Amino acid sequence: MNKVNLKLGRLSAIGVITLTAATFCASMPAVLSQGAAVKIDGSSTVFPISQAAAEGFQKSTGGKMRVTVGVSGTGGGFQKFCRGETDISNASRPILKKEIDACKKAGVKYIELPVAYDGITVVVHPQNNWAKNLTTAELKKMWEPAAQGKINNWNQIRSGFPNAPLKLFGPGTKSGTFDYFTEAINGKSKQSRPDFTASEDDNSLVSGVSRDKNAIGYFGYSYYAQNKNKLKAVAVNGVLPSEATIKSGKYAPLSRPIFIYVNAKSADKPEVKQFVQYYMKNGAKIVGSVKEVSLPGNAYSALLNRFNKKQTGSVFGGDEKVGVTVAQLLATPKD
Amino acid sequence: MAITSSKQSQVNKLSPKLLRDVREKIIEFILFIAAFSSVATTVGIVGTLLLESVKFFQNLALHRLAASQGVSVEELTNQTVSIGETLTSIWAFITGTTWAPNFEPPQVGILPLVSGTLVTTLVALFVAVPLGTIAAIYLSEFAPPRVREVVKPALELLAGVPTVVYGYFALLFVTPILQVVLPALPAASMLSAGLVMGVMIIPYISSLSEDAMRSVPNYLREGSYATGATRFQTAVNVILPSAISGISAAYILGISRAIGETMIVAIAAGGQPNLTLNPMDPGQTMTAYIVEVSKGDVAYGTLDYETIFAVGLTLLIMTLIFNIIGHWLTKRYRETY
Amino acid sequence: MTSQQNIQKIRQTIARNKRSDFIFSIIGLSSMVFAILVLALLILDLAMDGLPRLDWQFFTSFASTDANQAGVLAAWVGSLLVMLVTAASAIPIGIASGIYLEEYARKNWFTDLIEINVANLAAVPSIIYGMLGLGVFVYTFKLGQSIASAGFTLALLILPVVIVATREALRAIPSNIREAAYACGASKWQTTWDHVLKYSFGTILTGIIVALSRAIGETAPLIVVGAVAFIAFLPDSLLSQYTVMPIQMYRWTDVPDPEFQANAAAAGLVLVVMTLAMNAIAIYLRYQLRKNITW
Repeated sequence: MNKVNLKLGRLSAIGVITLTAATFCASMPAVLSQGAAVKIDGSSTVFPISQAAAEGFQKSTGGKMRVTVGVSGTGGGFQKFCRGETDISNASRPILKKEIDACKKAGVKYIELPVAYDGITVVVHPQNNWAKNLTTAELKKMWEPAAQGKINNWNQIRSGFPNAPLKLFGPGTKSGTFDYFTEAINGKSKQSRPDFTASEDDNSLVSGVSRDKNAIGYFGYSYYAQNKNKLKAVAVNGVLPSEATIKSGKYAPLSRPIFIYVNAKSADKPEVKQFVQYYMKNGAKIVGSVKEVSLPGNAYSALLNRFNKKQTGSVFGGDEKVGVTVAQLLATPKD
Repeated sequence: MAITSSKQSQVNKLSPKLLRDVREKIIEFILFIAAFSSVATTVGIVGTLLLESVKFFQNLALHRLAASQGVSVEELTNQTVSIGETLTSIWAFITGTTWAPNFEPPQVGILPLVSGTLVTTLVALFVAVPLGTIAAIYLSEFAPPRVREVVKPALELLAGVPTVVYGYFALLFVTPILQVVLPALPAASMLSAGLVMGVMIIPYISSLSEDAMRSVPNYLREGSYATGATRFQTAVNVILPSAISGISAAYILGISRAIGETMIVAIAAGGQPNLTLNPMDPGQTMTAYIVEVSKGDVAYGTLDYETIFAVGLTLLIMTLIFNIIGHWLTKRYRETY
Repeated sequence: MTSQQNIQKIRQTIARNKRSDFIFSIIGLSSMVFAILVLALLILDLAMDGLPRLDWQFFTSFASTDANQAGVLAAWVGSLLVMLVTAASAIPIGIASGIYLEEYARKNWFTDLIEINVANLAAVPSIIYGMLGLGVFVYTFKLGQSIASAGFTLALLILPVVIVATREALRAIPSNIREAAYACGASKWQTTWDHVLKYSFGTILTGIIVALSRAIGETAPLIVVGAVAFIAFLPDSLLSQYTVMPIQMYRWTDVPDPEFQANAAAAGLVLVVMTLAMNAIAIYLRYQLRKNITW
């Protein structure tokens, strides 16, 4: 026997022991304490806000309370939420009739809490010097289902635009932003041409548009506000999106409230309860930190009240509406 | 107490040989179960993919039915779908040219994803086949032993780099460089993803091909030298044809790797399901689509969930076809020395 | 005269042939140098972008909305735990399968089936394993999007590699070792465990290291079985949610902000160093073993 083999003999003994130990650990009954974590999923537009809230909340509790945030798009988030798989669903549009029914069927009751205002921002590459202002009609020409395979060049949108390929980027079809944009621009939710680069993750869209001179895309305002050096916003009907124009509703029809929905059963869990209270108490600060537009001053305290009283249901009753005022948001929800 | 002691005595009465035989049988059985696990994996893969795909095609047929009758899908949930309608939806899946599964009605023609997969694979092979083959010939026939000892492991390290890192490299390093040469290249293109993928595949092709060439018996080489052939002539005219079955197996493995490669294309090829054969365009492969959907979470039982399984099944069938071709080639051209 | 010319001709031919050999050597060497150069460039690129971010804080902080505060704590702990589950399940099963196929199995249609099967599994795209994990571990066994699901999924993925490595190692053991053990009255299992396995352990170990290095860098299947987008705590059981290094890197690559891309590069650098180190260890081990084999 030479040295190596001796060494290996010893190694193998150690290896076998480690393996058995590891196997034992792995096969330990998975009934181990499930660390209580707040499970959030849903819209990528709301993701930065909920992520900032989660971060601040975890810091404030010294890491005792835990939060996970996923990005499945508003529709994908509601699918899980209405099966009771998540505690909170991020949504960039109000809950729809279909989802209300699904929640009812599963016995999931929810509290609707608007968290911010968002203006869906249409963006182009900084070197794009022609599309400064587009009308809703021109946007429709670009995005309507009939445009599929036909409208591929900027010069088809307006005479005088250059002869350059039109590259479209937009949120995926499970996204509330997609639902709202198609409703506001094409006149019917989910009606859009399919041949564009779609992603549920707005970051990919920012990257895509910032790297292609002929690109145009749309997504939530905060993703534009955080990347102003890489993108240029397009005025819609002559109005540029900004904190002021979104707040005042002047940036129409693409301004909209965005929400979190809290599972009413989960709201009894201490970690969820404290998290939502933290969220609403620090609403304006959290929303501001990710450059999104916060609700007016007293709205958050009214919403905290709604949460503490556990007023379930939606203000909107499952309708898709364009142009909503704060007063409407704070009305009593109907279950 | 009494019971255990009587058992004890019984055990003591048993012959050590019997005990030993029983123990051996038990061990053999445990080992057999372990060996069986790989079969279970295959059954699991095929079973899950088929099951969900069947659900998907039925669901799809339902959606198409709803669209043709102008009602919403929810109103038809209790209606069963006939075999014929399911087959029609399978046909639409295979031959459709638009991929937009989340639209109403869903448009699920897999062709754009297949074309994306083929284009990136072809670009990768364009890089990996010549480089990998030349490297293999060099290592097997030309390299001094010392060079081989250094270069071979270094080449194998290429296969060890995580593909997500290659993706980063393709997007933020290779694409900008390519754009200097080709100003028309978009930020995400199948070309740059394919090129980087090609580099990743080189070691798979070179190492298997080299093994095949080295196993060609020496008397063939010596015979060739004896007729006055040079090393290069010997390599091309004698060694390559003799090792062709092993080399084709290496190519097939390269193709399988390229078809199944995910992260590089998900990061660098752009996520647009375009039906195009131009590598300068952005495109989406089957694997990249599955990642795109899974990046959010896939909720169980939704059309999305079923869609990725149908795409996965298509992917599996494609790799299987190549494997079968590979086996057949190896059998057909097996040299008997 | 003519013979002179002939000799001249032959000399020219030889010179030409030598030249062509030499030229091909250069081409062959440069093609490999090119491939290795790409690898060097890749590491250099990562180092340039990521090194400034690599500090103690980067390893001890969680992901964050602020690029400069973000770190990979949750990711590397997650990677470690997932690897533990993978190793603990794949290694015993893989080695046991290898032993059965090499030492015990009789040649019949069933062992043929297993052999073909293992060969084919090695060619199945990794993302397909992710879908198997999603269907079986996440939903059927109700393990959810947890470390356990991820670990088992990767275990299935590397199982064929471990099996093949084990078989090759066992095959290299000369049969006189086995015969000697039988002659002393050892049973089959005693022979296998005390002798065959012991002598081939080093070779098996190298195979296992390579397999694990592959699993550490695997991204696609884990995206499918659901590592979450944002997580800022350490998992406390095998059923808790998690993220792993390659996924953390992928998420950061997606963010358009160059600062986050620097984070991605830093995470990538850690990954590359880790996987290459594992591969290097395996290569070194293999070399040592080859040198020292004396039957």
